[in-house]
Amino acid sequence: MNTSVNTPLYEVFVRSKRGLDHKHVGSLHAEDAEQALEYARDCYTRRSEGVSIWVVKSGDITCSQEEDAASFYDPMEDKPYRHATHYVLPENIKNM
Amino acid sequence: MSNTESTTRENTLEYSIGLGDDSLMLGQRLAEWCRNAPLLEEDLAISNVALDFIGRANMFYEYAVELAKVTGGVFKNQSVDDIAYLRDSREYLNLLIFEMPIGDFAYTMTRQLIVDLFNVDYFTALSASSDSRLAAIAAKTLKESKYHLRRSHEWALRLGDGTEESHTRMQNAVNELWGYTPELFEMSETELALLPAGISVDRAALFDTWEARVSGILNEATLDHPPGDWQVTGGRAGVHTEYHGHLLSEMQFLQRAYPGLAW
Repeated sequence: MNTSVNTPLYEVFVRSKRGLDHKHVGSLHAEDAEQALEYARDCYTRRSEGVSIWVVKSGDITCSQEEDAASFYDPMEDKPYRHATHYVLPENIKNM
Repeated sequence: MSNTESTTRENTLEYSIGLGDDSLMLGQRLAEWCRNAPLLEEDLAISNVALDFIGRANMFYEYAVELAKVTGGVFKNQSVDDIAYLRDSREYLNLLIFEMPIGDFAYTMTRQLIVDLFNVDYFTALSASSDSRLAAIAAKTLKESKYHLRRSHEWALRLGDGTEESHTRMQNAVNELWGYTPELFEMSETELALLPAGISVDRAALFDTWEARVSGILNEATLDHPPGDWQVTGGRAGVHTEYHGHLLSEMQFLQRAYPGLAW
């Protein structure tokens, strides 16, 4: 299986039905995007899991890093006013 | 029941067995790649294709079983498994190209290209058959074959126009398989008998389109078109290659060792 060392990795996203979002389902190796699409069809939709497939070269995805967690996510922890639930509705307003 | 009607039914039965045998042999061959394919993704993909062929064999045999209830004869009271797994080599009616070994991956994909190109046109024609059952099977099968062709076409280009080694292997495969292609376009007596009523497909009429398309793909894949100076036929008459018995011994093992085994 040393072929997979040289073949690029692709991430596979499948839309399970119309109206829903494409969801990440896994990854696979393929020579090019066209082959990745076919392998995605054969590996991830053989039990009718999807109506649409996206494949993206894994290397083309820019990821946030674990070490960025402090600056990326911690600052949000003390800002409860960004949640709608933070606000108390006046008595007179029944629905909003 | 009129004489013509019963003859037609008997011919349709034999026709279904032949088409079923073509599919079963190729399905069995492709299944040999399961866990042996060059990469994991291809292993799954090629096994899917194998299952498509075994599935269509099942549909043709199911129809044969139903026809045999009326016609009687050797298949009377036989199940699909009996037909698939308990005949001897001479009783199988598959064309020779379907029983040839898997060879290397280039050989397997070259056979797929030849067969998939043929099947797309064949099942398009059969889906217009006056026999509604055959037409329905063909319509389902056609969708699968179009996908198979997409795969084998791409592999032919990838390997033919790939490295020096893949190109050589593809060219060898094309040369070795070419003599088995004329049989795809040869009409058996049964098929000829069913033709006027619009039940069978005129294979000979599919040749020109197939030849043009396969030549185009060979050219695109930088492969040479073989001279076509030899050919082998005999499968529809039950005369098979030396590989057939070996295929059967593996394929039939389970039903022979455990008669009546079901899953």
